[in-house]
Amino acid sequence: MSTYYASLFAEAGILLLGALSVYIILATGQLSLGNAAFMAIGAYLSSYLTVELGMPLTPALTVSAIAAGIIGVIVGFPALRLKGIYLAMATLGFGEMMRSFFINFPAMGGSGGFHGMAHISVGYIWAWAGGILVVLILVERSRVWLEMQAVHDDETAAGLVGLNTVAIKVGAFGIGAAVAAISGGLFAHHHVYIEPANFGFERSIDFVLATILGGSTLGLGSLIGAILLVFLPEFLRPIADWRLAAFGTLLILVLLVRRQGIVDRTLLRGLTFRKAAS
Amino acid sequence: MSAPLLQLSEVTKSFGGIHALSAVTSGVPEGKIVGIIGPNGAGKTTLFNVITGAYRADSGTVRLNGTALNGLPPHQIAREGIARTFQNIRLFPSMTVWEHLLVAQPHRESWWRRLLPVGWGDPAAQVRAVEVMEFFGLTDLRDRPAKSLPYGMQRRVEMARALTARPKLLLLDEPVAGMNHDEAEEIRQLMLKLRATGLTILLIEHDMNFVMRLCDYLYVLDFGVLIAEGAPSEVRTNPRVLDAYLGKDE
Repeated sequence: MSTYYASLFAEAGILLLGALSVYIILATGQLSLGNAAFMAIGAYLSSYLTVELGMPLTPALTVSAIAAGIIGVIVGFPALRLKGIYLAMATLGFGEMMRSFFINFPAMGGSGGFHGMAHISVGYIWAWAGGILVVLILVERSRVWLEMQAVHDDETAAGLVGLNTVAIKVGAFGIGAAVAAISGGLFAHHHVYIEPANFGFERSIDFVLATILGGSTLGLGSLIGAILLVFLPEFLRPIADWRLAAFGTLLILVLLVRRQGIVDRTLLRGLTFRKAAS
Repeated sequence: MSAPLLQLSEVTKSFGGIHALSAVTSGVPEGKIVGIIGPNGAGKTTLFNVITGAYRADSGTVRLNGTALNGLPPHQIAREGIARTFQNIRLFPSMTVWEHLLVAQPHRESWWRRLLPVGWGDPAAQVRAVEVMEFFGLTDLRDRPAKSLPYGMQRRVEMARALTARPKLLLLDEPVAGMNHDEAEEIRQLMLKLRATGLTILLIEHDMNFVMRLCDYLYVLDFGVLIAEGAPSEVRTNPRVLDAYLGKDE
């Protein structure tokens, strides 16, 4: 595999984890436009642990995920009071807040960025991304996921059938934040240089875009969305200057035709049924 | 008579200056079907919302088996043993009938087992879901999205969802609204079977024929005030009830 393709695959794996972090929170009916903040926490904390403290990467990522998860839970509580577009705005604000925090945090290089991380392979990135995706696909068939779906569909009814909606929504924020932190840690050790501008609003939007494009009702959707988002603009290179416009047009068309994204449960059931029949 | 399963004492709830419930005191004895009737806006659904914790009462107490429920969040009240259905059906649009029956059951498993695929976990939950599904005649519709079913079937799914949790008390908010006579009769038969198993039911209904033939005891609410109570035959002839429904002769 050429370095060019290897780096695209690495980007796709990192984006997949970012998209999954949005998807997990979205599964409880909460839209977060600030997940790049959790990514930044993961990137900076894991880099500090490996570079300054000499910790191996895998435990460093685990520690970062737990730390970001705790911050996610803390953010999740005020988020309970907000819904829809207001929640989206508040998370956006949180994202910008984190970014400016790192700009003004000289211990980690401030706006100049931070470097010194050891480069990691595409295989390592996909071991994390693939592993988390597989676990998530199993969890999607679980009792906990049904509870999340219930909260997503009708929070009041979910509470009245005995579900602890607060724990479910806050928990989803925590887990989503942890997954975003893994994405950030892998990003930092893939690019071996990070700066606050890496974790801005556009990054959060990329995550949401990958989730919505691929299919926001299945973890598999994030995989498809992440791959399309990374590879499609590259395949459109022959049309040169028009490629981003073409990409945008394709995106709008997909969403016009399939509001739920490219894959959903019905499509998946149709595919498996046909396979079983043949 | 022993202490009732559900006891309301002096329950009051206002919205702004409007008294939705004024010092409502009533009891629901165990193993009975009790009806709440009254004109539109009498406070019937508000009463359900106070019992289930969706609203908090301004004053007064709600007790289930002697345990005070005031101030508990809805999910804890549900776990104490109260399940309900809604006047305008509230099913989960993304879920199949089967999923509705699983999700409403209180879980007995550790958190990590609840993260495993449903089929790998607690078989008791599935046995219960099958049992309830058969009782309500939903077995053939198991994997259909619940929201795609005809109206009468959606009401059944809602009742089934409430029952899978094995509640002590079932609250039904207009269970036969919009149903024809035959469908309502089927529901009535199901309710009688449930009563025979020892379940206690409190229901709101406008279909007087249904209420009179099903309930053991009735409460009549009008503008948040309990104006009458008694066996259906007594309530039917109570002059205050007739006034509330038909208007008073001045």
